[in-house]
Amino acid sequence: MTEFRQVTVDELRHLVSERALKGETMLLNMGPQHPSTHGVLRLLLELDGEIVVNCIPDIGFLHTGIEKNMEAKTYQKAEVMTDRLDYLNPIGNNLVFCLALERLLVLDVPPRAQAIRVILTELTRIASHLIWVGTSALDLAAMSVFLYAMREREMVLDIFEMCSGQRMMTTFLRPGGLWRDVPVEFENAVQHFLDIILARIDDYESLLTTNPLFRDRTRGIGVINVEDCLRWGITGPVIRAAGMPFDLRKAHPYSGYEQYQFEIPTQTTGDIYGRYLVRMEEMRQSVRIVQQALDHLPYGPVRSNDRKVVPPPRSEIGTSMEALIHHFKLYTEGFAVPKGHVYATIESPRGELGCYMESDGGPKPYRVHMRTPSFANLQIMPLLTRGHYVADVVGIIGSVDIVLGDTDR
Amino acid sequence: MGLEPPKTGTPGLMVTTLTQAVNWARTNSMWPMLFGLACCAIEMMSAQASSYDLSRFGMELMRASPRQSDLMIVAGRVSRKMAPVVRQLYEQMPDPKWVIAMGDCASCGGIFNNYAVVQGVDEVVPVDVYVAGCPPRPEGLIHGIITLQEKVKQETLKTW
Amino acid sequence: MDDTLQSAVSAMQQRFGAQVEEAFGEVTLVIPPQHNLDAVQALRDEFQFNVLSDLTAVDYWPQDQPRFHLLGMLYSMSSSQYLHLRFPLDGSAPHLPTLEGIFPNANWYERELWDLFGIRFDGHSDMRRILMPYDWEGHPLRKDYPLGYEEPQFTFNFDEISLRKPKGQK
Repeated sequence: MTEFRQVTVDELRHLVSERALKGETMLLNMGPQHPSTHGVLRLLLELDGEIVVNCIPDIGFLHTGIEKNMEAKTYQKAEVMTDRLDYLNPIGNNLVFCLALERLLVLDVPPRAQAIRVILTELTRIASHLIWVGTSALDLAAMSVFLYAMREREMVLDIFEMCSGQRMMTTFLRPGGLWRDVPVEFENAVQHFLDIILARIDDYESLLTTNPLFRDRTRGIGVINVEDCLRWGITGPVIRAAGMPFDLRKAHPYSGYEQYQFEIPTQTTGDIYGRYLVRMEEMRQSVRIVQQALDHLPYGPVRSNDRKVVPPPRSEIGTSMEALIHHFKLYTEGFAVPKGHVYATIESPRGELGCYMESDGGPKPYRVHMRTPSFANLQIMPLLTRGHYVADVVGIIGSVDIVLGDTDR
Repeated sequence: MGLEPPKTGTPGLMVTTLTQAVNWARTNSMWPMLFGLACCAIEMMSAQASSYDLSRFGMELMRASPRQSDLMIVAGRVSRKMAPVVRQLYEQMPDPKWVIAMGDCASCGGIFNNYAVVQGVDEVVPVDVYVAGCPPRPEGLIHGIITLQEKVKQETLKTW
Repeated sequence: MDDTLQSAVSAMQQRFGAQVEEAFGEVTLVIPPQHNLDAVQALRDEFQFNVLSDLTAVDYWPQDQPRFHLLGMLYSMSSSQYLHLRFPLDGSAPHLPTLEGIFPNANWYERELWDLFGIRFDGHSDMRRILMPYDWEGHPLRKDYPLGYEEPQFTFNFDEISLRKPKGQK
């Protein structure tokens, strides 16, 4: 299937203005392979000189059919695929899948597992925002921030590797808790990271926040207000920069977030600069949450004891017959989930990430749908780019913070 | 290569063959094309950044334009809609060109065995080196690049 | 169930004959599909459910009446509550009026449903495929659409699968 089909302006007649059909404005293809589109996003820009009249996003270049593929696998195997959806926030994807599954199964999660889940999710949020600041600054030609941010991100990835063996796609959170307990060096490593990261965030701010070039390229550009955000269903730092303090960690707390004190940073300008300030402050609040969770980390088991869902530890298999039978059944057929449907949501670094799960009583999911924030947030691209220059489009895409794996699933 | 270091400070004399000299130049200044598709792209970016530096292998720049690059690192899953685009970009690259399939999805389809993912980018472009992993560590990618460099050093006049 | 949610639910029950299901802490209303515009309009204007979080569908093949259930997740910022709506649809040429006039972000959700399920939305401004290639045939997320599984390459079918990778050997 490697032939091309010629697409003419006729097919897009209903989307472009009449000036394009007369040839007054130019249709420019900001194609799937582009250094600044943060993945394989295609934007059709209708340009009047340098000014964008309309912008038509074209997605689907990373469509992986994950939702259909999950229907063919058991729940344990389907969870491995969730890591690859929003690949900058793999722990968050695991978390939303496990939350939905635990609600359907009515499964308890021990407090130590909840605290470690919070620590890992917030570390992933910091890692995601570090990549965001690195790549958006790189798009606006501040290249040194990228190298510094990746250096800090390597520390977070080392912590993940210490826990699970894998740097990014860990699948560490399982239904009922965690895969296994964290090693002895975990607390020291996280504490060491927290000790240095605040000073480093101040370093990035000193490079960008008062920089006149950065301010000229980001203030007043890509503005959206709260009513438009609500009409378009935008969540995450975009709506917080527009003025509404909406955060799912406070509105619908999950996994023990109600125990921790943190603030929701907001701005009122709604432009790229406001979103930048919101995300930098969110990193600081995440550090605060991880510090609180680390100080009050309880002892205890890290996974539920319900043997119908959670495999027994290997040491029991040699001595107990029931443990052997449970192990066999869980790894061949999988666990059966009662009939019903549930919709679980978490606050991912990009917005509201939701998982709709419907089960028909068997070991394989009947329907899993992920409500991904990038798919929803990308719809406002035409609204944000109208009237700006082509050079601003790059900054706007970076500030909305989309991940194409999230959009196309 | 035979090297006779002078004792007087004047430039020395190097004796080598044409294939060796050209292959040396090609391997140590290969410019990869920015072709990160999915999660493996993040590991490719980590490999380019400060901790696992790709610049020490000569890959200082990642050119976004296919006309100016030699190496296409297909990092990530190739969906059915993207396959013709990959082919067109490959054809736009000037000779000599090489392709590294980074990660499981580019090598064989990875964990996604379904209607939407091309099962291995070698259905679309010829691949020189396959790097396994999901995603491969930056050291894994560097091992793949060094393997490609050794493969290029074996090339002779007849295969150019 | 909370008061604001209770008043919305009873209004839907009286006006449109909705059935209520409450499970796992969530409230779901099953509404006949011809009332979808009126129900959603009423929920947005009178009961302040001002955000459309998601619009998706489930396929119950081989059952034909109804075959699809269209799901809408509405969220109210003022009372921080979710309300789930289900519209059962029949299997042959399923179609519904579009929600784009009420919630603009329904645009891409409905395009995705057309692309992956084949549910048409009347009055939609841009009914094209969004995730699959432009000339793809079929609607992948339906249950009678095959997964497209490729056989693993063993020695007995090695050549047959190598034929599909013509560029594999340079």
